[in-house]
Amino acid sequence: MTACGTRNIGPPLINLVRLKGVPILRQLHLEERLLRTSLDNWCIINDGTDDPTVVMGISGKPVELLEIDSVIRDEIPVIRRFTGGGTVIVDNGTIFVTFICNKDAVPGLQSYPRPIMSWSSLVYRKVFQGIGEFSLRENDYVLGNHKFGGNAQSIIKNRWVHHTSFLWDYEISNMGYLKLPKRAPEYRQARSHLEFMCRMKDYIPRSNFISRTIDAVGSHFLVRSMELEAIMYNSGTKFKPSSRLLRKQELEEAKFDSQTSIAVSQSLQM
Amino acid sequence: MASKLWASRAASYLRISLFHRGFATVIKDFKYADTHEWVKVDGSSATVGITDHAQDHLGDVVYVELPEVGAVVTQGGSFGAVESVKATSDINSPISGKVVEVNEELSSSPGLVNASPYENGWIIKVEIENSDEVKSLMDSDQYSKFCEEEDAKH
Repeated sequence: MTACGTRNIGPPLINLVRLKGVPILRQLHLEERLLRTSLDNWCIINDGTDDPTVVMGISGKPVELLEIDSVIRDEIPVIRRFTGGGTVIVDNGTIFVTFICNKDAVPGLQSYPRPIMSWSSLVYRKVFQGIGEFSLRENDYVLGNHKFGGNAQSIIKNRWVHHTSFLWDYEISNMGYLKLPKRAPEYRQARSHLEFMCRMKDYIPRSNFISRTIDAVGSHFLVRSMELEAIMYNSGTKFKPSSRLLRKQELEEAKFDSQTSIAVSQSLQM
Repeated sequence: MASKLWASRAASYLRISLFHRGFATVIKDFKYADTHEWVKVDGSSATVGITDHAQDHLGDVVYVELPEVGAVVTQGGSFGAVESVKATSDINSPISGKVVEVNEELSSSPGLVNASPYENGWIIKVEIENSDEVKSLMDSDQYSKFCEEEDAKH
């Protein structure tokens, strides 16, 4: 309280956790735990993950989204995450930025998918100001008409998470593990992965992107840095995350079901 | 107001309309939770779904995560989720009890939640544990007013 009795309410506090090379499944488990069991706002930045990994949204079907033969042959891990949205393949060229917030953290923001997505685009517009033609286009982050970030969300009663995997760089060969999705935005116009996407490294140095993102977060929140060790798993908290690694058997069963269905369909046409 | 300022800036930048339908339909005899689920009580049974207001704000539903038959639900607790616009959104139960039926149609036709939120888009049927819980829910008039006030704040 000030001397004249009015109350100064500053921006809300957000805990910033900077990670490097943390496996994506571990990151997802951390996010889901913080979403469901914490009362604080969080910004998590993971600068690259380790081995190339496929990450599908909650409703993703491997047989529709993946070149399963190649994925099984090359033993590429496949994760189903707790948020919605599409499929990505992530590796050490991917930078992850996640916001986990209380529903009243951003004044006037309704915790529904489109408003949260719109708010996030304002944060990243600031990051890319003067760097590239950034926009949110049909729920993708694009530079021009090339996608460089995939984002997804999960909304619970009083909190939400919005997370993004940014393609700072990627291996062309890894894109071969993903099929063209059936559900695609109109602006994609049936372009292949390589024609549709761009690399952020062609626009901005890696460390600049991270520092500009932290600055942009600071324009909405009071940022407090926190070490991962300070929020390591509390054994007293009974929480089981839903993001999980698919078993090889599940991928093989999906492949078998697909082949069976094709064979039945072909025999019926005879 | 700061909230309308950033919203209009975002809308202008994104070239989208902020207009939602000026009203959301309600069903007179149903009861409503402040998390935008409805419940139709019929003796010791209840049917649960999400409201027209909710489906309008969520966007096109592409997937519904249903609970198992036999699962226990508690008032205010989440029991499933819908996916829309790259987001999973929890569905919370307005009533405590045991799930006796789930709407299997939603697995192949999740859009029923948008097209028919109060009829064909029902989500679960519950054997009610405590009928007194219904008294804490809003009636249709209270819920309509709640939605107007919520939308006006943002």
